[in-house]
Formats: sequence, C-alpha cells, structure tokens
Amino acid sequence: MSIKTELSGLIFNEPLLWEKGKKGRSSFSIPERDVETFEFDENLKRDVPELPELSELDVVRHYVRLSQWNFGVDTGMYPLGSCTMKYNPKINDKLANIEGFSNIHPLLPEEFSQGCLEFIYRLSKCLIEITGMDAVTLQPAAGAHGELLGMLIISAFHKNKGEKRNKLIIPDTAHGTNPASATLCGYKPVQAKSNKKGILDKDVISELMDDETAGILLTNPNTLGLYEENIKEISDIVHAKGGLVYGDGANLNAIMGIVDLGKTGIDILHLNLHKTFSAPHGGGGPGAGPVCVKNHLEPYLPVPRVLYDGNKYSLDYDCPKSVGKLQAFYGNFGVLIKAYAYILSLGSENIKRVSQLAVLNANYIKEKLKKEYHLPYDKPCMHEAVFTDKFQQKYGISTLDIAKRLIDYGFHPPTIYFPLAVKNAIMIEPTETESLETIDDFIEVMKKIAEEAEKTPLLLKDAPHLSKTERLDEVLAARKPKLKD
Amino acid sequence: MSEINNLTFPKTLFYSNDHEWLKLNEDNTLSVGITDYAQDQLGDIVFVELPEVGKILNKGDELCTVESVKSVSEIYIPVSCEVISVNTNLEDKPELINKNPYDKGWLALVKMKDKSELDALLRKDQYMNMLKGI
Amino acid sequence: MRFFPHTEKDIAHMLENIGIDSVDRLFDQIPPETKIKDELNSTKSIDEFSLIKHFKELAGKNTVSDNHSTSFLGAGSYNHFVPEIVPFLSSRSEFTTSYTPYQPEISQGTLQSIYEYQTLICRLFEMEVANASIYDGASSLAEAILMATRITKKNRIAISATVHPLYRLVINTYLTPLECEIIELPSLQDGTINISKIENDKDLAALIVQSPNFFGCIEDLAMVNQTAKEHESLSINVFTEPMAYGLINSPGSQGADITCGEGQSFGLPLSFGGPYLGIFATKQKYVRNMPGRLVGKTVDKAGKPGFVLTLATREQHIRREKATSNICTNNNLCALIASIYLASLGGNGLQTLAKLNYDKSEYLKSALKKAGLKIPFVTPTFNEFVVDMGKNSKEKYNELLSKNIVAGLPLEKYYPEMENCYLMNVTEVISKKEMDRFVDEVAL
Repeated sequence: MSIKTELSGLIFNEPLLWEKGKKGRSSFSIPERDVETFEFDENLKRDVPELPELSELDVVRHYVRLSQWNFGVDTGMYPLGSCTMKYNPKINDKLANIEGFSNIHPLLPEEFSQGCLEFIYRLSKCLIEITGMDAVTLQPAAGAHGELLGMLIISAFHKNKGEKRNKLIIPDTAHGTNPASATLCGYKPVQAKSNKKGILDKDVISELMDDETAGILLTNPNTLGLYEENIKEISDIVHAKGGLVYGDGANLNAIMGIVDLGKTGIDILHLNLHKTFSAPHGGGGPGAGPVCVKNHLEPYLPVPRVLYDGNKYSLDYDCPKSVGKLQAFYGNFGVLIKAYAYILSLGSENIKRVSQLAVLNANYIKEKLKKEYHLPYDKPCMHEAVFTDKFQQKYGISTLDIAKRLIDYGFHPPTIYFPLAVKNAIMIEPTETESLETIDDFIEVMKKIAEEAEKTPLLLKDAPHLSKTERLDEVLAARKPKLKD
Repeated sequence: MSEINNLTFPKTLFYSNDHEWLKLNEDNTLSVGITDYAQDQLGDIVFVELPEVGKILNKGDELCTVESVKSVSEIYIPVSCEVISVNTNLEDKPELINKNPYDKGWLALVKMKDKSELDALLRKDQYMNMLKGI
Repeated sequence: MRFFPHTEKDIAHMLENIGIDSVDRLFDQIPPETKIKDELNSTKSIDEFSLIKHFKELAGKNTVSDNHSTSFLGAGSYNHFVPEIVPFLSSRSEFTTSYTPYQPEISQGTLQSIYEYQTLICRLFEMEVANASIYDGASSLAEAILMATRITKKNRIAISATVHPLYRLVINTYLTPLECEIIELPSLQDGTINISKIENDKDLAALIVQSPNFFGCIEDLAMVNQTAKEHESLSINVFTEPMAYGLINSPGSQGADITCGEGQSFGLPLSFGGPYLGIFATKQKYVRNMPGRLVGKTVDKAGKPGFVLTLATREQHIRREKATSNICTNNNLCALIASIYLASLGGNGLQTLAKLNYDKSEYLKSALKKAGLKIPFVTPTFNEFVVDMGKNSKEKYNELLSKNIVAGLPLEKYYPEMENCYLMNVTEVISKKEMDRFVDEVAL
C-alpha cells in the first residue's frame, strides 16, 4: 500500500510589506523609557527611515502566508542530491533557544560561560570520534567557509616549510565551491577527469601531482554518488610528493560510522552540520562547516581553541601557527547545538544506521527507476543516485520538465544539472528519514511522469500547474535585474 | 537545440573553431560575432561583457564573455588585433545576438595586426563539416 | 529509533528488490582497511526527556541570566529586546526546513521574504543594491575588501584601527594568501579615524572605516568617503551596531561605495556569537562584482509576479574558479529574522528605539562623569562608549563580576595603551535602576 499525496487547497496572495500597512501603524512594543532625553546633534540625524508601518496582525498574516508558499522537508519528500534534506528533529530547535544558551554574550568572562565552552569541547570530541580525525574547529559558518579554511591551512603548511606551491588538483565532479575556494587562496585549480566507472584513477592523479601542486581536493563519496575506491592510493601519491589531501565531507551521510575517514589518507575534512547532522537548512542557511584535521595540522586551526585543564574550560588565543580567524566569534553556536542534540539522540550505535538506511533508500530507488530513466553508472551507488533525461529526450522532454512536473505531484524536485560531469543530471538523495511508503510513492510518480513524457508531454512542458506561480521568467530577471522595490 | 541544417551560416564570412564569425570589411577592419550555432547552444543571452575600446589582443586571447541564465562562455579572438569599437546596443538588448547574430548582434570591430592570420580560419563548408562532426 | 521509519519487513523488502541479502553488502566496495573496526561507542542514545535535562544542566553552567545580572557588554554583539512574533514567525518549519530556493515555484515564501529583506536594507542604509546575506559582519567586511580589489585591480587597503579588532583579525586571515598589503590607520585623540597616513596614496583598493566605530564613536563618513574618492579607491563603511542607523545619517547618503556589517541587533539572540547576519550592500554599478545570492522580481508564464534567484553567473556553482565568492549556504534564516524585526518596528519605531538606546547610554555616560570617572573620547557616540575606570580598575572589575555585574569589555587586551579603559554598551533593555546601581559601585 502506498501513501498518495494529493494536492488541493487555497493559496493566498500576499503583497509586499510596503504595499500594506498605513502610516501610524506599529507592531513593536518598545521597552519603557526611564531616562530623560538627551540632545542629539541635528547634523548627524537622519530622516525617519523609509520602512513600512504595519500592525502586529499585518506582520503575522504576511509571514504566515509567505510560509505557506514554501515547500520544506516538513511538507514532503525533498530528495535534493548533495544536500541531505533529512528530517530536522524539533527538540533540537528548542534546545538551541533555551535560556542559558541563547542569551549568552560571546565576550563574557570565561567563568560565566563555562557551559558554552564545555559544550564546544564535547561536540568537538564527538565529531573527532565519528570521523576518525584528530582535532577539530567549529568556527566555519558553512561548508564553503570550511573549504576556505582548508585552503588556508594547506597554504600555511607549505609556507611554513618554505615551499611555494600554486596548484590544486580538483576532480571534474567537484562541487562549484571547491574551485572557488581554491581561487580565494590564490591556487590554480587543475582538473582531474574521472574514469569510465565515474571515480578517480590513481594513474591520472599520479600524472598531475608534482612539486608545485599543494594537494588535492576530493569529495567521497563523490557527487555522482559513487565511492572513491582508490582514495587511499591517491592520498599516498599526493603525500609522497609533499601534498595534502582535503576531503569535502558534504556526502558524509553515506559513510558515517562505517568509514574511518582518518584511515583514507585525508588530512583535512569539512563537515556540513546542516546536512549530515540534521540542523535545518533555513531556506539557504545558516549552516555550520566544522573542519577536522590530523595532528600535524592542528597548530594551524583558527583561534581561539577551547582548552580543558581537568577543572575549567578556557579560550586559547596563543596559537602562533594558527591561520587566524574566520568569523568574529566562535562559529554558528545555535546551529552547533542542534547537531550535538542530534548526535546524542542517536547515540553512537545509531550513527552507522543513518548511513546504512540512507544508502539502502538510494539503491532501492536506483533499482526501481533504472528501466524508466537512464542510469549512466549502473553499479551500486551510495546515498544518492544520478539519472539523466536521455530516454525522455526523444519526446522533447528535458530534465527540467521532469523536475517541474514532480512539483505537481507534491514532491520537491531532485538536484538537476549537477554534477556537470553528467549531461542533464537528475541527482536523487532520499536520506534515511523517508519511509518505504513515501519512497514507493515517489517511484510511482516518477514512473507516471516517464509515461506522461511519452504520451502527454505538454503536461510536463507546462508544469508546474499547481504551485503559487507557474514557471518563472529567469531570462527577464537576468536581463533586467530588479533587486529591490 | 536546433538541427544544424536549420541554422544559418553566410557564405561570405570567415569562421573559427570556437564558433565565431569574422567579416572582412572594405577598409580591412574585421567585424566579429558568434555564429547561429553558438547562440542556439547558449540559449537566451542575458548579458555581454564587452572589451574596452583600444585593447590590444593576441591570437587566442579572450575577447569578451557572453552569459545566459545558467552559463558563461568566453569568446576567444582567432586573430591578433586592436579593438576599435564595440556594439554598445548589446548592453540594453543582449537578445540581439540570439535574434540577429550576424548583423545587429555583432560584438566588436577590430583592426588586424597580420592579415595572413585569416588564412587559418574556416569558410562556411569547413565550419559546417566541423559542426556535423560534433 | 524514532528518526528511522524502517521496519525489519521494510528493509527485507528493499534488499530483495536490490538483489542483496544484507545491508552490509551495500558497502562492499569500500576497502576493508579503511572501515571502522571497533563500533563507535562513546555515547549512548539519550531519550528526549533526558536530553532536555542534560542540556539544561550544561546551560546552567553559564552563570549569567537576565534575571540576576547586568551586563554592559557590546562590542559586536548586542542585547536587544526581541518581540515574540519574530521567533514565532521565523520558526515556521516551511521557512526553516526548506533549502536554497533553486525551484522558485515552490519557494516563493523564501524568495519574496529575501526580496523584501534586500529592499529594507537598501532603504535603511540608502544603498542601491543589497545581497541576501553573508555569514557575519566580519566575513562580510572581508568579502567587501575582496570585491574592492577585483573592481580596482589594486592590492592594497587602508583600514582604521578603530574597526573592531576581531574583524581586523578576520580580514588579515582572508587577505594573507592573496598577499594584499594592509595599512592600518591609527586613531586620533578623539577616538576617530586618522587619514593622514594615506596622503597622496593613489594605489589603494579600499579605505575602510567603521561607524559607530569600536569605541562607539560616530565617524565623519562623508569626509572619509570623499577622501577615498580623491584617492581613487573605493570606500567601505562597516558597522557592528546597525541600530545606530535608525538615528544617524546613513552610509549611502554619505557616499559609501560598499556598506557592510553585522545585523545581529535586528532580532537575533546573542547565542554565544552565532549564527549572526552579514549585511552587504553596494552601488548598482558594482552589482556584477558582488558576492552572495540575489533575488530578483520577474513574472511567470501567466504574467503573474514572482521572484527568482538571479545574476547567478557570478556565483560558484556556475562561475566556479572565477566566481565573485565561494559562498553557497549563507545566513538566510537570519536575514528573514531581521526582516520580520524591521517590519514590526517600522521606520518611526526604529528611530524611536534608536533614540532610546542613545539616551540610555548618554544617561550612563553623564552619570559616570558626574561620579568622577573619565570619558576619554569627546566624539558623539551611539549606544557604546569608553570609560576610564582609573587605577585598580581590574580589582574593581572582578569585584563587580562577583556581584553579577559585567562592567563592559576590558580594552587592554586589544589596545595595550588603554589599560584601565572599558567599553560600555547600553541598550533599551538596561534599566535606569541598574545603571544607578552600577554608578554607585564605581563612583570615585
């Protein structure tokens, strides 16, 4: 039996904030004034800012209606490949907001913030255990921020040895942030092509690796959803020529508790707490991108480090080799709390289960859809499966059309047109929190869409029909950008 | 993406492997643009970043970039030259490249350094053969 | 475990369809020497009830809470009152559990709210275009500097020493690998920027000033921005306390090329330093060089208005190594929170609240003066100022800590010449009574 998702209901229109409200309305209860007014230099004073004046109900209705136009994980299945859109436990959100965490100023004297410092220390230990690395910083705000830190560490490492290396090997399957992060550090990305099996060959790396190459940036499993089987040999090759291995941990959901990342030869690894560790994506952030390193790179981690002397926790800024600082304070603390709550809720014994079920779900979908959709790599995948629109092209249907039609059936589309290494990719990552019934429903709908592609392609070309808007004119938005009212 | 036979490639023009067309003008200057195939591949063009007038370019240098919504393409000049003028109409109407790639959608007017470099360029038949091989 | 919906039957059914006999087979291609040998066992699964107790216990070790203490700490993180509708609306799970709006048709909630945010920021700071957020004020400033180097093609910057010391540390970190030269401009006696050091220097990518600066002093942005123009460099005006701009002349009206800084004051909790909100705005002519996501207005096939991400060709997923930044995930929800906060305040509300902040801190300032303490900088300040507590200030500071009063931020660590100076911040949440009590404690 499968659960059918049927769509009906009202979608309210809602104007822009300044199109509602009236001068004189207000919804803010300003704290009382218990001091006299003081003179303020008229030359410094501005006119009243041009912000809308709304009543409290105006504001509430506005944002409630806006929220109803959004599709979240809480609405339905969100199989966005590479993003790990798993269920976000609500207790995590509550814990991030309890008094004693949410109201703690970052610059309080250390004796007043022992709870926060202990928390950072404990979460650090958990992440070290899960990854098999030696040390960690929780400071980066997102995966890309962690990548930047990784590049800075690589750069500092070589500079410290008196070497000037200006290249970095980056696979053709890499996420766009990888080459962008490399450039931010002055590195020239050198592309390594994946082989016919969709993974990296050690011979290809051997050819590219030289004394001018600082190292390699790889993602494992890679963005095709395939495990980089040769990662240890590749790491050895890079290390032999004095380079470092950076691991993009965005796909950790496939191998958590199963692979000891430390043993794969990775020197630096970033994690995405808003992916693997269930912190909510927030419509685009905030995230958290902790970076784990092996012992020899610990001195380069950003300041401050959290120390524990058996009695007290403290912040240590005395780290002469540290690359510096990435944010004003210690990281996205509110996000870290959610990840820690998640790890404790799971317990060590369930960390592995997450990956097992995530990979099981993805392989099930892969098997069930490979007749209807072209599967470029017909082999066991990890937590995500990549298809293409090859079978549907003969009806004039593209990956985009398939994605838009899924919306009409109540599913968020998968990631499309990424990775670039696969033409017109459709990357499906169900995650472990989707049930068999939901997945069967998704499979049934995908099969229906394949049939529609053949028999009634217009339904796809015009999709979506049921959402707040139909397909939007992105060309107009790019030619004549209107970025504010 | 259209069939090659439905696209246009005027006989009088020179073509490059990177899908540019070049027109030798009477005063020996060259008008440059991208071919019907290129604009068809790129899709709706939303922005063109044109070079500065007076810029000196070597054969194979980047002349400009052409953007669609989801991609950016670098356009390389197949001859050494100096940029004399650029098509400023493209600032407001980048879609001219899609509608009229050989005429109103021209990119730049350049002065060649070495006229013999034209010999290395393709003519219509050679260009179309190259396309059919893609 | 309640996050896993699979039953044993479900798993058996799926394995059968895949054609394997156990879940372990799915990991056969992983070389055994890289697999975890001993099972992870450091933490046992904790039930929800116990989890709450555990966290409350941890939180209880943070021995400062609103009821029992007074903190005059600011310095980039400000304790403002947040009305209930802000967390109520921003925690709706349609906002929190959705991702980057790559499928705009089902993300119009996020997209319209960000378009509104961009507009509100532009109106408040009187700038022409704003992005959808950077991580925090410091990283926002770093991105602004990188943008300036790209636009001017120069590799040197001049930055005031009155910019937040932790921001300057972050700038150093971002600029080190690019070998960008950083010229630090010392401050004047009155606590404001001293631009004399860059006289005749036409080789600067950017001139950076913070206002209100780290000492709370309001800088002469018009003068600084004009100087930058005369020196053929871009002007970057950074802030840590955006509340000030409810009252003070906006950076845009004073000629800033880029305005950036911290938005935490607009509805975000202190939360031990994050997540905060990097605000970033600039002139229209620089838009293609801007980092970060942008939302634009458009129409759909039926002609109905809607919003989409646009100008994405600047970003990493398209431009890759030539992108304007590597940023992907930003601080979107924090931008939403700031929008809701500003929407509920309104323009008049913001100015009234800003004036209240100003008056409260002026009250403390004047009371401290009357009590015999020195206020080293005569320049007008917003809600932060420096006070010199005189000899034995450290003992006094610690004594006050034992009474649950945090007497601001000791400045010696950041400015060794200011050894008895403390940065005091007063917002609308500090009462006259608390301030009077403090003054009594420190009066000379």
